[in-house]
Amino acid sequence: MEIKRPAIAGTLESSDCQVTVEAGDGTIDFELESSVINQYGNQIKRVALETLRNLDIDSVHIMIVDKGALDCTIKARIEGAVYRSLQQFDQLPWGGAIQ
Amino acid sequence: MNNPNKKRLRRTMMFLNAQKPSLIKDPYIYKPDSIMLDLEDAVAENQKDAARFSLFHALRTIDYHGCERVVRINGLDTPLWREDIRCAVAGGCDSIRIPKTESPKDVKMVEEAVEAAEKEFGRPKGSVLIMAAIESAKGVLRSFDICESSERLFGIALSGGDYTKDLQTHITGTGIELMGARSQMVISARAAGVQCFDTVYTDLNNMEGFRKDVESIHLMGFDGKSIINPRQINIVHEIFTPSKKDIIFAEKVVREIDTKKAMGIGVFTVDGKMIDIAFYDGAKRTIELAKASGVYKGEL
Amino acid sequence: MKNAVGRDIPEEILSLTGKEVFQGNHYKDGVPFTKAGPTITPLMDNTKSKLVGSIHEALVKCGAHDGMTVSFHHHFRDGDLVVNMVMEEIHKMGLKDITICASSLGKAHAPLVPMIEDGTITNIESSGVRGAIGEAISHGKLKGLATMRSHGGRVRAIVTGESHIDIAFIGAPTCDDYGNCRGVGGKTDCGVLSYSHVDGNHADHVVAVTDCLVPFPNYPPHIPMAKIDYVCVVDAIGDPSKIATGAAKPTTDQRKLLMAEYCTQVVANTPYFKEGFSYQTGVGGASIASTISLTKIMEERGIKMGFGVGGLTKPMCDLLDRGMVRCLLDTQDFDLDAIKNVKNPNHFRISAGAYANPFNKGAFVNKLDYVILAALEVDVHFNCNVVVGSDGVITGAQGGHPDTAAGAKCTIVIAPLIQGRIPAICTDVTTVTTPGESIDIVVTDYGVAVNPRRQDLLEILKEADCVPLKTIEELRDTAYSIVGEPEKVRFGDRVVGIIEARDGTIMDVVREVKPFEFDD
Repeated sequence: MEIKRPAIAGTLESSDCQVTVEAGDGTIDFELESSVINQYGNQIKRVALETLRNLDIDSVHIMIVDKGALDCTIKARIEGAVYRSLQQFDQLPWGGAIQ
Repeated sequence: MNNPNKKRLRRTMMFLNAQKPSLIKDPYIYKPDSIMLDLEDAVAENQKDAARFSLFHALRTIDYHGCERVVRINGLDTPLWREDIRCAVAGGCDSIRIPKTESPKDVKMVEEAVEAAEKEFGRPKGSVLIMAAIESAKGVLRSFDICESSERLFGIALSGGDYTKDLQTHITGTGIELMGARSQMVISARAAGVQCFDTVYTDLNNMEGFRKDVESIHLMGFDGKSIINPRQINIVHEIFTPSKKDIIFAEKVVREIDTKKAMGIGVFTVDGKMIDIAFYDGAKRTIELAKASGVYKGEL
Repeated sequence: MKNAVGRDIPEEILSLTGKEVFQGNHYKDGVPFTKAGPTITPLMDNTKSKLVGSIHEALVKCGAHDGMTVSFHHHFRDGDLVVNMVMEEIHKMGLKDITICASSLGKAHAPLVPMIEDGTITNIESSGVRGAIGEAISHGKLKGLATMRSHGGRVRAIVTGESHIDIAFIGAPTCDDYGNCRGVGGKTDCGVLSYSHVDGNHADHVVAVTDCLVPFPNYPPHIPMAKIDYVCVVDAIGDPSKIATGAAKPTTDQRKLLMAEYCTQVVANTPYFKEGFSYQTGVGGASIASTISLTKIMEERGIKMGFGVGGLTKPMCDLLDRGMVRCLLDTQDFDLDAIKNVKNPNHFRISAGAYANPFNKGAFVNKLDYVILAALEVDVHFNCNVVVGSDGVITGAQGGHPDTAAGAKCTIVIAPLIQGRIPAICTDVTTVTTPGESIDIVVTDYGVAVNPRRQDLLEILKEADCVPLKTIEELRDTAYSIVGEPEKVRFGDRVVGIIEARDGTIMDVVREVKPFEFDD
């Protein structure tokens, strides 16, 4: 899948994160700002890359502003932003690409 | 299709916005019997899509420690509800709550979509239950038919805000405006053998008013109440907890009937008084309530 | 060298400070020492005035010099203006290598950061630091060391001479022209001056700074004129709106109420809860809520409290007004109700030394039955951290935490299991401030853990079946299962601060933080 349109999902409330995706240049360009970066920076990056891999996205500029979100929320916001970018709101692959 | 969860204890059903990570991460610490993850009114129109991802992963990942996970889908008059059901069923929800139910047809439509989703996502047929929220005069009048419309339907719930608007009145805090609906619905539910849940009480600053409200619906025969804040849980559970006297009596009834029946005797007495077999289910329910409330540690 | 809580204290720090490693709460019990005394300048000439026209004049008259130590109290909390006022003058005078010995430093003192950066301030001794100063220290900007001491530990350090104060500045809400200071009245009423007693007794020079000069004698004084060299009148010593707020509304946050309920159940079911019991609690929502719910049980059982001690809030003062506690012993007032309540004849002011100095012949904390505390982190050894954030940056203060925890028969720490994504119960705290041997019970929103050292309390609470009991490891595992196991903060090598135990040994060190980098 290819990200063409910029899209954003999530909020800056505590326990949430805001994810922005934009068209990439053929790689995954990952940016993270997190209130818990020292303890969970690597974990957040792992989850983000895995989520993108499941969605079969290998070219994207992704920015996450994290306020202490759990992994499940990080996944949800990434997928939220990606499917907004793709403008797909029905017949989503629950349990498939969305893991 | 015999889902044992149909009859489970549901004294409290706590509304949570499925889109808010801080709310859905650990509501179980307050020990509600059910949580209701909302995709409908609590979620802003432009966040309906995002809420589904949040719901899906919460259902998949978070251990809700035995709380029933009900998902309120968007109205059947919106283009959203079918995808809501796919998402909720794929995520592993226990039940679907239909808003604004007005007829058995509404339930049937949802039942079909749920069944299709169970098949699509490899869940056993009948594993997902349904409850119907009744929010209009028409819904109240047809409540008995709604109760009997599906094997999956475990109960009906009154939604007071919309209902009172339809009735051209408003929530007063006295309950007078809800009298008709409450009576009719609880009778319908009992007649059909399903559960019945009362509407929310929204004034969090009036805990005494809340207590009175719960006391009256408890006496009317309701199974539980919808709640909007964990502060309300203990009050509901306290009111729905059987008294010591009730528990002792129920225990005696169950033991008496079990032993006499095993001996082939059909006449039962407790504390010198004759009782009949009709006491049995009520006594069992009392014990179950007492167990759930943590006040019964006996062997039954 | 490893200490009694398993922390490795670098040899160079031991030789630099001449300190020993922490060897258990009672290591110095019964060990005699000689008190240090100040060098006093007598005032005999009755024509001389103590009034000075400016902070500058006071500094000059007290012989301010490079490398000196100046001290302050923190009764004005976030509203304090005295520290910045004095330090700006010292900065203007071009003095260097100053040690600040404050009872605590907070957000109000961010203007000190440039003075840390330019070498005006090179050492800080404080209960703790917050905000910009904490950031500066943790990023290695302070040339010397930050020494974090408990309230009792500060008094001990000054009394033994380990900390020698050249000039003490005492912000006084009211003062007369001969230096009788009171904590009440005026524009910056803070109720008490408990933290300053030791400064008055042990500093070579003492300057009272006031914005409300009152007729002589300002009696009874909280710091008497015999200790004061100079009196300096300024426009304002504090911002009253930030000193004390109205009493916090009882919390409606169900999570805090849940923890408060568990805490109350623990207190009510342990054997010290009987007529005349003593109690200290903090200012957090859960602590205040548990005081309120405990009151109900006291009424039901007809039990009255003997004394309450420490920093005070409205719910404790309400107990006094209602005759449910015999007396209050006050070291600090957190809200306006507590300040007003000082007028109650059974509401007594005590010094920080009387309260908590471990080198007294016994301190009030030793007579505590219960203390209810908070913590940033608690580990599976029950060690607590209240000073360093999970991100490694200094962001809190020891306060009376280690003092009361060591003194009380039953020390209860309340902490929500998870704050944001940070687990409060963890394998090893980032930095130890209070040793596990002092902590008896940990209350979280997910359950209550009893320190295995306290089998007696564990048995009693099991029997009472009043709270969900867990082991501390179970609580940690629950937290990690929800948020994932946190990575350890990566520190640099340089030690920027030491966490001193009450008795002056070293509990832990704080190292410079390193900027985060991804693994790959």
